[in-house]
Amino acid sequence: MTLFDALDLALAAIVLGLAAWTIAAREVFSAVVGYVAYGLLLAIVWVRLYAPDVALTEAAIGSGVTGVLLVAASTRLGRLPKAEAPPGAALKIAAAALSLIVAGLLAAAVLYLPDPAPSLAPEADKDLAATGLGNAVTGVLIAYRSFDTMLEKVVLVLAVVGVWSVAPDRFWGGAPAPLGPAAPEAALVFLARILAPIGIVIGVQMFWVGADDPGGAFQGGAILAAMWIIVMMARLAEPPRIGSGWLRLALVSGPAVFLLVGLAGPLMAGSFFAFPAGFAKPLILFIEAFMVLSIALTLPLLVAGPPSREAGP
Amino acid sequence: MTDALLIAAGIILLTVAVGLVRVLYGPRDVDRMMAVQLLGTGGIAALLLAASATGVAGVENVALGLALLSSFASVAFITASTGAGKPEQTGDQ
Amino acid sequence: MSLAVDLFSLLAIGAGVFFFLAGTVALLRFPDSLSRLHALTKSDNLGLGLVVLGLLPRAGTPLSALKLIVLWGLVQLSSASVAQLVGAALRRRGAAE
Repeated sequence: MTLFDALDLALAAIVLGLAAWTIAAREVFSAVVGYVAYGLLLAIVWVRLYAPDVALTEAAIGSGVTGVLLVAASTRLGRLPKAEAPPGAALKIAAAALSLIVAGLLAAAVLYLPDPAPSLAPEADKDLAATGLGNAVTGVLIAYRSFDTMLEKVVLVLAVVGVWSVAPDRFWGGAPAPLGPAAPEAALVFLARILAPIGIVIGVQMFWVGADDPGGAFQGGAILAAMWIIVMMARLAEPPRIGSGWLRLALVSGPAVFLLVGLAGPLMAGSFFAFPAGFAKPLILFIEAFMVLSIALTLPLLVAGPPSREAGP
Repeated sequence: MTDALLIAAGIILLTVAVGLVRVLYGPRDVDRMMAVQLLGTGGIAALLLAASATGVAGVENVALGLALLSSFASVAFITASTGAGKPEQTGDQ
Repeated sequence: MSLAVDLFSLLAIGAGVFFFLAGTVALLRFPDSLSRLHALTKSDNLGLGLVVLGLLPRAGTPLSALKLIVLWGLVQLSSASVAQLVGAALRRRGAAE
């Protein structure tokens, strides 16, 4: 076998081994560390599969933000009294069997694909010029499957509402607990002060070039979200009150703008969610800008969690 | 030359992946985190080498994104494991 | 000329690979967390720095060379800050135990 095949096999073996350890880990914290490492390795696998957009999203959201979410969740769980008995052997075996069956079916489906595998990529590339975009992934997300993407944004907003609704009634409208200690380390404050502006520039740039090169709204938004989370952990900013009007407006602006543009489709171009020819790219970037805002707000709010103090006078 | 770059990328990747053994053994969570940090930096180096060798667009951006986020998870772990952000602790200072 | 540049790149990248190897060996073999942290930051900075140095001559445009340097600077910043935080956390926990 060639050198690349050997490298691929080694990478796959390490990923599988790490996944197995993450499942078998005794403590939640250790399992989360394993999960973050797993996400990083998966990002490299995606690059190896020539999918840099997915790799960036995996590194940012799958490994970074989800890892932080899991750590926050495990911290909160650690403070609750153990309410129920751990799952018995029968449940564990059933879960393992189900996972193995699904993984086996997926592997069989991929391995038994005809050669060359059926794909819509050539068609997607052919009509890309009409949208004015250079990046086929962005084209699929915002032009060909725009309704899907808009609904995904709605799901994000629903997730935030779900997290907020966990709070006791008397805390509704208040702010979540601060993300960092009362007296943060000077190194953390230093890092936040210097990293955040650079991260904001890079995040915006990544969204902007997503029209023609790998990048896009998800990736840019996730990086902006990570910067805000670091700033909140360094106590340079506090989580906003969930009742504040500007926050709620900005949160829904992503799917709302998307929907408005889609509804204006019949007026502009003849059908629901159609873009007018020649004006498609500026419109797509306009929609994506608000999507970036929504994502950059949603992810930190999910990490901050439900409000834990009263709304105040 | 490109072959040499790709071989270097492979070596770095396998090396830091072996470092993941530290995630297995611990003994503390900080050690596990350090292994993940090393994995991140090694991944960045491997990605940069691969980007220079293959010329695939966007791989450098992935490395840049990883560079921004490499500290992110570690900082979150440390902040969480030092018992920060507990609701009942706010307002005590 | 181009051969000398290629040789420089290979040497720098080879040195970078060596530092990553050294860092991993240290991570696996050093006796306690603080010394492992020390090794980690060396390999973070020097390993990646030498690789970036080796790749600079191969950068297509001055802008992409600048991108490489900014990337290394970011990793320096993050890994140094994380090292400080880890060190402080270890010392606090050491005092508590």
